[in-house]
Amino acid sequence: MKDNPFLSNNADTSSEQYLRRRHRIAKVWQTVFYASTLIAIVFLTTLLITISNRAFGYVAVENRVDPDTLAVAPLEDLDNEELAAIIRERLRPNRVRTIERDNGALEEQSWDQLYAIVIEEIVQPKVVKSYPLLESIFFPERVRLDAAQNFPKAELEFRSWLNSRFLRVPMSSRPELAGVRTAVLGSIYLILITITIAFPLGVGAAIYLEEYAIGENRINRIIQTNIDNLAGVPSIIYGILGLALFVRTLGHLTSGAAFGVEGASTGRTLLSAGLTMALLILPILIINAQEAIRAVPNSIRQAAYGLGATKWQTVWYHVLPYAMPGILTGTILAVSRAIGETAPLIVVGASTFIVSDPTGLFSNFTALPIQIYNWTTRPQDAFRNIAAAAILVLLISLLSLNAVAILLRNRFSKRI
Amino acid sequence: MNENNHYAIEARNLNIYYGNFQAVRDVNLTIQRNKITAIIGPSGCGKSTVLRAFNRMNDFILNSRVEGEILYHNKNIYDPDVDAVQIRRMIGMVFQKPNPFPKSIYENVAWGARINGFRGNMDDLVEETLRAAALWDEVKDNLKKSALALSGGQQQRLCIARALAVKPEIILMDEPCSALDPIATLKIEDLMRELSQNYTIIIVTHNMQQAARASDFTAFFTMAEDRAGVMVEYGTTNQIFTRPRDQRTEDYITGRFG
Repeated sequence: MKDNPFLSNNADTSSEQYLRRRHRIAKVWQTVFYASTLIAIVFLTTLLITISNRAFGYVAVENRVDPDTLAVAPLEDLDNEELAAIIRERLRPNRVRTIERDNGALEEQSWDQLYAIVIEEIVQPKVVKSYPLLESIFFPERVRLDAAQNFPKAELEFRSWLNSRFLRVPMSSRPELAGVRTAVLGSIYLILITITIAFPLGVGAAIYLEEYAIGENRINRIIQTNIDNLAGVPSIIYGILGLALFVRTLGHLTSGAAFGVEGASTGRTLLSAGLTMALLILPILIINAQEAIRAVPNSIRQAAYGLGATKWQTVWYHVLPYAMPGILTGTILAVSRAIGETAPLIVVGASTFIVSDPTGLFSNFTALPIQIYNWTTRPQDAFRNIAAAAILVLLISLLSLNAVAILLRNRFSKRI
Repeated sequence: MNENNHYAIEARNLNIYYGNFQAVRDVNLTIQRNKITAIIGPSGCGKSTVLRAFNRMNDFILNSRVEGEILYHNKNIYDPDVDAVQIRRMIGMVFQKPNPFPKSIYENVAWGARINGFRGNMDDLVEETLRAAALWDEVKDNLKKSALALSGGQQQRLCIARALAVKPEIILMDEPCSALDPIATLKIEDLMRELSQNYTIIIVTHNMQQAARASDFTAFFTMAEDRAGVMVEYGTTNQIFTRPRDQRTEDYITGRFG
């Protein structure tokens, strides 16, 4: 140790002690930062595991009618006529008549439709018990034993509740048959309307506040303070505002009645919900866009002005392109928030049970968070499984939306 | 010959305020056409403020106020019927730090001309101005490359080219070489000499050798007791650096002050 020239060998050890102390403090803080990252990762993993645990796993299915008794061959091998014959034989004539009235004669329907009718109305599979994913993977024997003991008539199969059928079919009162089609479409429409309204408004307001409203006068200060505060207002308040303003007061417009839309009744439409969501994310969007515009170096503006550019030319050709990556990042954050919002949609009047796809601005709608919320409140256990599957759908759509925005942002950054 | 043809721009009784603070007091300065005029002086003496007053760049500074006149083509550019945008096109500016747009080299030069309604062959204009800024040979093969990939000296010459592309009459330069190394500085000075055949150049500089080397006329500014900038002396560069009339000028150029 004495050879080390940086360590003093005389009595002056206080600085050495201080150095060691400083290193110790640095180490403690480093550990704290590692730990917080680790905790976040643990939480995230727990979340994903809990959801997957519900969305996949063994299920015990009991059929009201054994499909093997319906025909000599397995159902999948039958042709249209044989399926139609089974339907006529097994269902009451009244029901058959209703089906034919709605969708045309049985013989003219597609194989998929007929097969669906056979399964839904005759076989009527019912999930009597679903097992979590972890148990299904690690203790399959126990699952099998339990199913054999408690549900002797049931058939055990591994099911992914998140499957293509789940995405393709609308809501149903029976969890085995329910899907998220209407909810996904509703959410997509909703986000499109929200972005279309909020993005130009938000960026416009940010440009005004940063580039035009120069100077510390009273009006600018009031506007700025209000925007900052609005970003923190709970979403349910926006829901109530949307209900009062868009659904009630402007109901004539938002229901489409003013535009001669047929069957327009109330203002509880996609348009109202989109407008409410736009209001909700507007302050966040404005604040983020302002930050991005403020980060544009002043030298760029000066260069443009020095060439005889007008204010608008400076903003449009230089400030906005430079700020666009930042603005898009802010938009991603805001939209991510909007896509997961439930409270304002409930207040504005999203339907919880709707089977028809949204057709336009003035249709009734439901959205993924609404559907998830609704399913988790149902008593039957299987609804929890499809709720988990729907959560996965929501997470995946959120991630893909963000991926698109990140790609867009990178394209803008690369141009510079 | 009419007297107006001798001067390019003239400041008369120019007073500039930032809020209550007077930054510049009673400046009278006549800039000769097609000459290089250097403005020198210690930090904070209002050199840049005066320079920016010549093309109304001070308009963007909050609470700034200009009194007096700046005559350009016999018209006070601070008259209410004068459009500052037009003034800035006629009187271009090169800034202290090279500030090319984060776009391609070509686009940097072309943009100013385009927004000012240039109708002609843009490729020719870009080549012509890049040649005038002594940059063409270095960049002719990479016109599509980002301007930010250029070296500091090249960027500054690009900024000069960009200013030339809108066909100004006067070019204001605010310490254009302060961020550059001596070789790049020399190139810019050569370029200024070249450009002064067609353009009037006003340059603010901290570097007295530069003023002595590169300029035809020199104005010396300093700070009064109340920290307002005043012009002490104005004359040919030769006279200012060899026979200064004012003691303060002599102190400054000999390095006893500042």
